[in-house]
Amino acid sequence: MSTGTEVVGLDALSEADQQLVDPAASRDLLRLATAGSVDDGKSTLVGRLLYDTKSVLADQLDAVERVSRERGLQHPDLALLTDGLRAEREQGITIDVAYRYFSTPQRSYILADTPGHVQYTRNMVTGASTAELALILVDARHGVLEQTRRHLAVTGLLGLRHVALVVNKMDLLDFDRSVFTAIVEEFTAMAGHVGVSAVTAVPISALLGDNVVTRSAHTPWYTGPTLLEHLETVDVTTDPRDEAFRMPVQYVIRPQTPEHRDYRGYAGRVTSGVISVGDTVRIQPEGSTTTVVGIDRVGRPGEPTERRQAHAPQSVVLRLADELDVARGDLISAADRPATEVKDLDATVAVLASRPLKPRAMVLVRIGTATVKGLVTDLVDTLDMTTLERGPAPSELPLNAIGGIRLRLARPVAVDDYSAARRTGSFLLIDPSDGATLAAGLVQLTGDLVDADSWLI
Amino acid sequence: MTTTDQPTTGALRTELAEHRLDHLDDLEAESIHIFREVAGEFERPVLLFSGGKDSVVMLHLAVKAFAPAPVPFALLHVDTGHNFEEVLRYRDETVERLGLRLVVASVQDYIDDGRLSERPDGTRNPLQTVPLLDAITEGRFDAVFGGGRRDEEKARAKERVFSLRDAFGAWDPRRQRPELWELYNGRHAPGEHVRVFPLSNWTELDVWRYIAREQIELPSLYYAHTREVFRRDGMWLTAGEWGGPRPGEVVETRTVRYRTVGDMSCTGAVESEARTVEAVILEVAGSRLTERGATRADDRLSEAAMEDRKKEGYF
Repeated sequence: MSTGTEVVGLDALSEADQQLVDPAASRDLLRLATAGSVDDGKSTLVGRLLYDTKSVLADQLDAVERVSRERGLQHPDLALLTDGLRAEREQGITIDVAYRYFSTPQRSYILADTPGHVQYTRNMVTGASTAELALILVDARHGVLEQTRRHLAVTGLLGLRHVALVVNKMDLLDFDRSVFTAIVEEFTAMAGHVGVSAVTAVPISALLGDNVVTRSAHTPWYTGPTLLEHLETVDVTTDPRDEAFRMPVQYVIRPQTPEHRDYRGYAGRVTSGVISVGDTVRIQPEGSTTTVVGIDRVGRPGEPTERRQAHAPQSVVLRLADELDVARGDLISAADRPATEVKDLDATVAVLASRPLKPRAMVLVRIGTATVKGLVTDLVDTLDMTTLERGPAPSELPLNAIGGIRLRLARPVAVDDYSAARRTGSFLLIDPSDGATLAAGLVQLTGDLVDADSWLI
Repeated sequence: MTTTDQPTTGALRTELAEHRLDHLDDLEAESIHIFREVAGEFERPVLLFSGGKDSVVMLHLAVKAFAPAPVPFALLHVDTGHNFEEVLRYRDETVERLGLRLVVASVQDYIDDGRLSERPDGTRNPLQTVPLLDAITEGRFDAVFGGGRRDEEKARAKERVFSLRDAFGAWDPRRQRPELWELYNGRHAPGEHVRVFPLSNWTELDVWRYIAREQIELPSLYYAHTREVFRRDGMWLTAGEWGGPRPGEVVETRTVRYRTVGDMSCTGAVESEARTVEAVILEVAGSRLTERGATRADDRLSEAAMEDRKKEGYF
C-alpha cells in the first residue's frame, strides 16, 4: 500500500500548485444560484465561467466543439456544456436544478443552475435555498423585465443578502454605458424594495467573454471588478457569534462498547451560533435546561476529538450534564436566547408540486429534524410577483405560487423567524399519502402583515 | 457600477475567517450531516463499498459521523468477478479493521447459474444491476449510500442527494423531489428505496485533496506502478482472465496508475508517474480529461450512456 507520504519537492512547485497540495492551505466555498429569463444567455455565461476557469475538461470540450461545428456555428456554443438530459427533452420537463462546480486558487464554487423558462419560481426557490449569493442576468437589450422583478422577489424572500446583477449581451449595444447605468439604477431601486442590500453590477458579454473572467477592452468606462473578480472577493461571511446557538438533534450516539460504556452524545449540525463547554442550553420543545459538558468532533489527523467550542455550520456531538430524554427531532438552543415554541404557525410558502395547496389540507411538516402532522387552517394571502404586493386570500395556491398560510401542528415545535435563522426557520410540507414534497415554507414570527390580514378573513 | 459590497479587510477578516469553514471542512460537515440524517430516518441503510477511492472516502466520513460508536450499518459490494486482487484484499482488510459486516453480491454466481449471461464484449459493468437490486431486496435495505458525485457526468449534475428509486431500482425524473436547505425528504413506499449520495457536492480534486489531508490509505493501484497492459479503444487495459488481449493486441510493460477502479474489462489505466498523493493531485488538477471519459469505456457508448444505466437501476 502506498499512502503517498513521500513529498515531491514542494519548493519546486508554483505557488498555485503548492496551495493545491498543501493540506494546511485554506480556501473557502461559495454557494451561488443563477436566475435569468429566457434567452438571456445564462447557459452561455455558466459555460463561460466553467471554460475560463479551466473547469471544462478536454473530452467535454471536444463534444461541444463537434456539435457546434455540426450546427454550423462559428464559436463553440458553451451553452451545450449545460445541456439537458434526454429524459427532459422527451418528457418535456426540466429538472429543477443542475449543480456545477468550478474553482480558482482562492475559492471553490457550487453553482445551482436553475432553468429560467418554466416553473421558474419552484426552481429558483430550490436553488436559492442553499445559496449565499444570487447571480441575476439581464439582457442589455431588454432591460429589467417582469421576470427580473420575480427573480429579485424570490432572492429577497429567501433571505439572500448578496446579488450580482449581470448585464449581458453588452456587445450587441456597442458596450453603451448609458444602457448599463439605466438598468443598474432601476434594478438597485427594486432590490432595496425587497430587502436585498448588496448589489454589484457588471456589464458583460458571456458569448465573447468580456468582463466575465478577463477585463474587457470595450468598457473603459467601467472600473469595477470582472464577474469572477467579484465572486472571488465578495465577503458573504456572517459572524456566528452574533447568532443564537441552535442544533437540531439528528441522532443519539450510544456506543455501548467497553471503552465507552456510559457515553451518550447528541449528534447534529450547528445551524447557527457558537457553543462552548460550560454553556447552558435548553432542550426544545420539552423545555428543560442543562449544561454542555463535552463537544466531540473528529477532526483532521492529529487533532484532538474533544473541543472547547464549535460553531455553525460544523457537524458535532454534544454531551450534556443531565440525563434527559433527548431524541431526534428535538432542538438544542442557547438557554438565554431560545427558539420560539409554537403550535400554530404563520408562514410564507412556495408551492413546489403540481397539486395545489388548499385550505384544510392534512400535511406532514418537516422542520429541522422533526416531522410533525399539520393542518393548513387558512390560506392568508398571495404574493403578486409582479407588484411584489400581498393580495387577498386565494381559494388555493397552485404550483409556483407564493403565499401566506396558517398551520396548526399536532404538537409544538421550536422555530425561529426565517429572517433571523434560515435553518431553524424553514420547513417542507409533505403529502402524507405518497411522501411528495408539496411546498417550501418560511416561518414568520414577526410578520405583522399576516396577523393584520387575518382579521379580514 | 453600484456597489455596497465591500470586501472586508484586515484584522476583521482574519477574525471572521476563523469561523468560516475551509471548503473541505464544509464538504465534510455536509456529508456527515447526510449520514446522520439517513441513520436517523431509515430502518436498514447499507453503504456500497468497492475499495474504490470514492467509497473509501465515504466510509471514512461515515466513521467520523458516528464516532465513538461503530458505523451503524453494513457494507455491500457487487463483485463482477473481474475485480482487481489488490482492491479486494484492501476491501477485506478495511472491513476487518473496522469490525463491519460486508455483503457481497457476485455477478459470477449469476453467470454460473444462468441468471445472467456474459456479454459478447466481455464487459461486466452493465451486469451489476440485477445482483445489486436482488441484494437490496434480500437485505431489505431501504437506503443505499453510493459514492456518485455531481461533477462526474451530465446526468449526475441533476441527481439529488436523496434519489428515490422504485421497486425496480429505476430512477424517474418526474418523481425526484426538490431538495431545499438541508431538509432531505426520505419518505418512500414499501419495496422502494432511496439512493443517497453523501459526496454529491465533491469534485474529483476535492476527493484527492481530502485523501491527502486525512492521510487515507488507498489500494496501491491508484498510484503509478509498472504493469503488463495492452491498448484497446485508447485505454490501457490489464491483461487477464477476463478476456484480454485479443489477437492483434500487444501486451507491453508501462508505468500506469488507475483513476477509478472497477471491472477490469472496462477500467483503463492512464500512463502516469504519480507515485504519491501530492503528485496525483497535481496530475488531476492539470488533467485535460474527465475521470470517466479517460478511463471508463462504458460511458463512451453514447452521449446518454450514464443516463440510460441510471434509469435501469444502476448508480
